[in-house]
Amino acid sequence: MNLDRRHFLVMLPAAAIAWKYVLAGTPEASPNYTMTDHWWSMLIDIPKCIGCGNCVRACAAENDVPEGHFRTWVERYLVTDWHMESPEVISPDGGKEGFPAAAEEANGKYFFVPKLCNHCTNSPCTQVCPVGATFITPDGVVLVDQTYCLGCAYCVQACPYGCRYIHPEKKVADKCTLCYHRITKGLTTACCENCPTGARQLVDLKDPSDPIHAFLKTHYVQVLKPQMATGAKVFYNELDGSVR
Amino acid sequence: MNGVEGYIYPNEITLYWSVLIVLYPYITGLVAGAFILASLVRVFNVKAVAPAYRLALLTALAFLLVAPLPLQLHLGHPERSPEMYFTPHATSAMAMFGFVYLWYLMAVLVFEIWLDYRRDIVLLSQSTTGWKRLLYRIMTLGSDNISPRSLVIDHKVGWIVTLVGIPSAFILHGYVGFIFGSLKANPWWNSPLMPVVFIFSAMVSGIAAVLLLYMGITKWRKMPIDMPCVDTTAMYLFYIFILDFSLEMLDLIHRVYEADESFRTLNFMVHTKLYFSQIVLQMCIGTLVPILLLGIVQVTKLPALIRKRIYVVAGCLVQVGVFAMRWNVVIGGQLFSKSFLGYTTYKMGLVSREGLLMAIFLTILPLGILWVLMKLLPPWPEKQHVPLPAATPAH
Repeated sequence: MNLDRRHFLVMLPAAAIAWKYVLAGTPEASPNYTMTDHWWSMLIDIPKCIGCGNCVRACAAENDVPEGHFRTWVERYLVTDWHMESPEVISPDGGKEGFPAAAEEANGKYFFVPKLCNHCTNSPCTQVCPVGATFITPDGVVLVDQTYCLGCAYCVQACPYGCRYIHPEKKVADKCTLCYHRITKGLTTACCENCPTGARQLVDLKDPSDPIHAFLKTHYVQVLKPQMATGAKVFYNELDGSVR
Repeated sequence: MNGVEGYIYPNEITLYWSVLIVLYPYITGLVAGAFILASLVRVFNVKAVAPAYRLALLTALAFLLVAPLPLQLHLGHPERSPEMYFTPHATSAMAMFGFVYLWYLMAVLVFEIWLDYRRDIVLLSQSTTGWKRLLYRIMTLGSDNISPRSLVIDHKVGWIVTLVGIPSAFILHGYVGFIFGSLKANPWWNSPLMPVVFIFSAMVSGIAAVLLLYMGITKWRKMPIDMPCVDTTAMYLFYIFILDFSLEMLDLIHRVYEADESFRTLNFMVHTKLYFSQIVLQMCIGTLVPILLLGIVQVTKLPALIRKRIYVVAGCLVQVGVFAMRWNVVIGGQLFSKSFLGYTTYKMGLVSREGLLMAIFLTILPLGILWVLMKLLPPWPEKQHVPLPAATPAH
């Protein structure tokens, strides 16, 4: 190839821009970990959740989540009789410190619903990001490149589940990373590790030996807001129809 | 707790799109509307509006220059915004903003204004002295041939640019509507009608703005107001307003009749938190009253003085109504929880980066820019070195 100095100088900024584009979608490296061997998601077993808030506290401590914002939170539902469209829902401080005692005669059912990013396969947040700072990794985790995010909050508006926020100090989008720094090293997420009842389980859908496959065959599971068709990957066992 | 009613997801307490994002569609709407008014003269042969033709173009440019500022000020990292040009994300509607904006600014508006004023600029570069002479010489871009043949070419090219400019103006503002309308997560925004409603309301606000500016500046210059010009402009404003109102009603009726899972929440919001801005300001004061006023002028023969006063009142009310519409879309869309079980409150700052004073400054700024542009490129017929453009292209 005949490349004189003038052409080289012209091509240099173009190459720099192209390289930056390539780097923008690259997640942090982890040795001995092959991304394409995994497809991460989570199972939430609603009857097992006791609303202790351990998961919320563990997540905040592990990921330095700013006060008043939540990468995961727990909601308590009270559905009285047949009033599925108007449940009473509370989540004081995201359920971080647990919940007040339930009324003894509530004429309905109480249950807890832990929430987190659904790491959707067809995530609306990824679709709308104007610079591609939000992306899905080859192992199925939706991440934000915070060195690249503009902080426009379009992704916050696009998420149907309220899982995103703008970090008050960093001024960029922030959300659950499924503890990517841990799961790529063979660990489970902070919330799963600290759940005393096993209500939250990290699952690898590409691993044939993962118990999730047997669980899905024998239980009735649902994802949140299936009508949104986002390909949500957080599966809920025994999810009540009142949950939004 | 923090202005929250019912249950909202804990990350929803803060509204991330502030009054500046309300200003953004409002300002781009004025641009699109002003340009459409100018195209009435250039492409659709509406000669009566000719006295406001150049003012409409300069108004569009003044507002377009300010349009990206609210977005820049809103970003968490404005210094990274050039990335939208270098590494745009193809599936993002917002990523296209930079390209749509640049296309409209450079390929349509600036080019058309330059073509339209080229002869004036050349003559001014010869008749002025000092820094003004230098400025006009730069503005000629080295093209100082003002022979009749070159002016004919200018005119033909200008006609084509305006023709391209009409769909471009629609794209500019329709695209702004698409940014909201394409979000399936938010039922208040999610509607295929959103881009169309945005375009028509843009035309209404832009035409009304030029009408007000033309009447105000002409009065200030102590010149007679060209009544056929304002009458014709008001007539177009009236008919486009009727279309805009019909589309908004179609959207409303569809929502009420369909009454999907979000309806109860949204209906409650309209009757409480948005009652004043939606029902009172947008629908009654900002839509029904001006339509009625403009309609009265169409069916009666009122004296010129009364007509002028009606146009001023209707024009001001239109601005209130369209701004309220943008407010209700942007802020209203964030007041309710996506759980449909609760509401939050918008607290506007006063002197913050996205506060009230900044919003007022950004609203006034285009008027300052317009004043400079009018000094530089006088839009008035009696100050033109060339006659007004003929309504039809030269053949």
